[in-house]
Amino acid sequence: MRDPEDAPESAEPITGDVIRCDACPVLCRIRTGQAGACDRYANEDGKLVRVDPLLILQRGSAAVPFLGTGKAWSGNLISGTDTFITGIGATTTYPDYKPAPYIVSSKLGGVDVVTVVTEGIFSYCGLKVKIDTDRFLGPELAAVRVDGEPIGHVTTAEYGSQMLSLGGVRHLTGGSKKEGNVTCDAMLRLANKQPVEVKVDDGASIVVQAGAAPVVNGEREERMRVGCGSATIGIFAKQWHGHADEVIVVDDHITGVLTEHQAGRFLEMPPAGVRVRGRRSTPGRYFKVAEPGLGWGGTDITDPLAIIEKIDPRKAWPGMRLLMVSTTGEDAEWFVLDEKLAPIRQPMPGAIRMVVERIVENCEPALCTVLFMGGAGGSLRAGVTENPVRLTRSVKERITRVTCGGAPVYVWPGGGITLMVDVLRMPDRSFGYVPTPALVLPIEFTMTPDAYAGMGGHVDRVVPIERALHEARIKAEAWSEENAWPAQA
Amino acid sequence: MARAGMNAPSRSRLPGSRLHLHHGPIDLVIEAWGEHLEVEQAYEQAWTRFQDILPTLVSELAVLRAALREPYPLARGPVARRMVAACWPHRSFFITPMAAVAGAVADEMLAALLAGRTLAKAYVNDGGDIALHIANGEHLDAGVVNDPQRPQLAASVRIASQSAARGIATSGWRGRSQSLGIADAVTVLARTASAADAAATLIANAVDIEHPSIQRLPASAVKHDSDLGDLPVTVAVGALPLHAIAAALERGRAAACAMLGTGLIEAAYLALQGEIRVAAHTQHEWRLSA
Repeated sequence: MRDPEDAPESAEPITGDVIRCDACPVLCRIRTGQAGACDRYANEDGKLVRVDPLLILQRGSAAVPFLGTGKAWSGNLISGTDTFITGIGATTTYPDYKPAPYIVSSKLGGVDVVTVVTEGIFSYCGLKVKIDTDRFLGPELAAVRVDGEPIGHVTTAEYGSQMLSLGGVRHLTGGSKKEGNVTCDAMLRLANKQPVEVKVDDGASIVVQAGAAPVVNGEREERMRVGCGSATIGIFAKQWHGHADEVIVVDDHITGVLTEHQAGRFLEMPPAGVRVRGRRSTPGRYFKVAEPGLGWGGTDITDPLAIIEKIDPRKAWPGMRLLMVSTTGEDAEWFVLDEKLAPIRQPMPGAIRMVVERIVENCEPALCTVLFMGGAGGSLRAGVTENPVRLTRSVKERITRVTCGGAPVYVWPGGGITLMVDVLRMPDRSFGYVPTPALVLPIEFTMTPDAYAGMGGHVDRVVPIERALHEARIKAEAWSEENAWPAQA
Repeated sequence: MARAGMNAPSRSRLPGSRLHLHHGPIDLVIEAWGEHLEVEQAYEQAWTRFQDILPTLVSELAVLRAALREPYPLARGPVARRMVAACWPHRSFFITPMAAVAGAVADEMLAALLAGRTLAKAYVNDGGDIALHIANGEHLDAGVVNDPQRPQLAASVRIASQSAARGIATSGWRGRSQSLGIADAVTVLARTASAADAAATLIANAVDIEHPSIQRLPASAVKHDSDLGDLPVTVAVGALPLHAIAAALERGRAAACAMLGTGLIEAAYLALQGEIRVAAHTQHEWRLSA
C-alpha cells in the first residue's frame, strides 16, 4: 500500500540493505525494516517510505503523492470535493478530553458536511470470523488458542460455515498479561488481513486470513458445499434421474438418500433398499451417519461404503447403479451391485460425471471473512461533541454516518455505538494497537454542519479540508468504488 | 547544506494558540503566556532561531555521537555546547552528548523565545523534554505519561517559581531513544531541560535487572545509526515478579539520589510495571493519579 512517491527526492543505497534518508539534514542511514531518527521515514525493502501518514481517499483520480511539510500543495489534484480524510494515521486524543484531531468541513458529493476524524482505542472489541467449511473445526464453546493462550472460542455453525468469536475485553484485559498481549497481536494481524494460525481445543489447527481460503490441519479448503445432502438431492435429482438408480449424498449435517427422499418419490423412483447409518430425520434425510472429521462432506469417512448399514435384498437388484458423492462434489464414487448385491466400484459414466462436476461448480470458493466489532460509545464521543449521547442518537437516526477508514459499518440497534465492519473493505494496515492492550481503529463521523452544531459539536474546531490537508502528513489512496461515498444518502 | 527536495523547517499553529515547529526529527510545541504582542513577537523570534538549529547540530554529529571522556570535547554550535555541558558531569558512566540532544534544543529555543520579551510563563516541549520559563509568582503543572503508546496521565507535578527546576525530561525503553534499562518512564526535574534529559537517560539505564522476560538487542541492530554501538538495548519487557521490579527500581532510585545529592537534578519519578519510586526534595510534590 505504500506508494514509492511517498519518498523524498532520493534515497541513496549505501551498502547492502542500508539506505540514506535525505528527508532532512540528519541524513540517517536506515537499515531495511528500521525507521530513521524521526520515526517518520523508514526503509521498507530498500525503499524510503513515510510511516503512518494520515490517509486520505480520493475519487476519480489516481492517488497523488504525499504532501511534504513545508512544501506548497499544488492544489490541482485535490479540490476537497472528492477527498475524504480517514481516521488512519489521525492519531487519537485518548482519553478524548480534547476535540478529535481532525474536524474538517468539506463538500462531499456537493453536500456541505463536517467530518470528525479520529483513531479510537478499543478495549471492548472483538472479531467475528466466518470460515467457509463443513469440516469439523472443534466443538462449540471450545477455546481457540494462539501460542497456547485462549483468544476466543468456537461459536455457532452457520450454513456452510463455522464461526469463531475472537478477542473481547475478557481475553484482552481480563486474563493474564500474556493472554492479553497474544490476543491483541492475533487480532491486530487478522484485522490487518494477515494470516494467523489458531488451534481449537479438541479440534483442528486452522490458518485464518481475511479474504483467503482457510487451511485446516495443513489442507487448503477450496470450496463451500453446495448445500446439505438433502438440499443437494433436491437440486440435482432430476439430472440424475434415468442415469442412476440410487444417489447418496454424504454430509456431516444431513446425508441425503435419493429414492427415499421427497424428490425421488416425486420422480417415482423405486426404493433401492440401501439403508445408511445414522438417525433418520424425515424420509431420505439422515443425521450423524458418521463422526465429524476431515473426510467426505465434513465426516470422518474416507470409504463411503462405511456408512451403508445394509442393502435390503427384497428391494435391491443385481446391476443396480449407485452414486455416492459428497456435498462439495470433491469426493465421488460409482458402484454397480453384483449378483450377491455387493457394490463394486466401476468407472463413472459421463452423464453422472457431468452432474458431479456441476456440484463442484456450484460450490463457492471457501473464504475466511473477518468482521471487526467494537463499541464506540465511550469517551471517544467526547472528541466529537460536548454532549455525547446526541452523537449516539444522531448515528441511530442515520443523520450521522459512521465509517472506518472509509468503509461502511453496520451499527447495532440498542444502546451505544456498537459497530461491525468488514476489514476487507478497509485500506491495508488500518489497525494499530496500544499496549493496554487494545486495538486502535480509524473512525470517521460525517454529518451536515447544522447537525454537528445541533449535537453540541466542537464547531470552533472545524477547519476547511484544504487547511487540514496542509497541516497533516498526508498519504493519498484511491477510493474503493465498492464503498458508498459517505455524504450520499 | 539542505539539498533541493529536502524538507525545510515548517511551522503551524495548534489549537490553544500553541506554536508547532518541525524539522526532520525535531518536533517542538511551544506555548507562551503574556501580552498578545509579546507572545507573537516571541513566536517570531523562535521561528527565526529555529531555521539553523538542525543544520548546525548535524554538522557536529560525529563529535556528539562519541562516548564522552577526557579531555572536554570542543563543540562549536550552541545546542552542541549545551549537550556536552549537560552530559559532562556523568562521564564516569557510558554517555554520549546525544543523551541530552532533545533537552538542549528545548533550552536553546526557550532562550530565543525569551530574549528581550516579557512573558509570564512559557515552555518549549521537544518530544517530552521540556524547557520552562516561570516568572515570579507563577507556576506550571506538568503531567507524566508512563507509556507513550498510551498517553494517560499517571502523575502530575506543580513547579512554582520558587523551585529551581526549569527543565523536565522523560526517558524509558518504550520512548523514541534507546535505553539500556527497563524503566517504563523516568521523569526528571532539573535546572535545565538538557540537564534533565541527560540525567533521565542515565537513571532509566540504571533501572535494570537480569530476567528471562527481558529481551535485548545490540543497539546498532535496532537502529543502524545508533550512538550506542553494540551495547544491548531493551526491546521488550515481559511481566516481571514484584521482587524483580522492586530491585530494578531500587537501583534507579540510588542513581537518582546520588544526582540529587550533587545538585544535578531537583527530583525524579521512576515507574516500572505499575510500581513507582520517587526521589525528590520535599517542595516537589508528585501527585499520582494512577
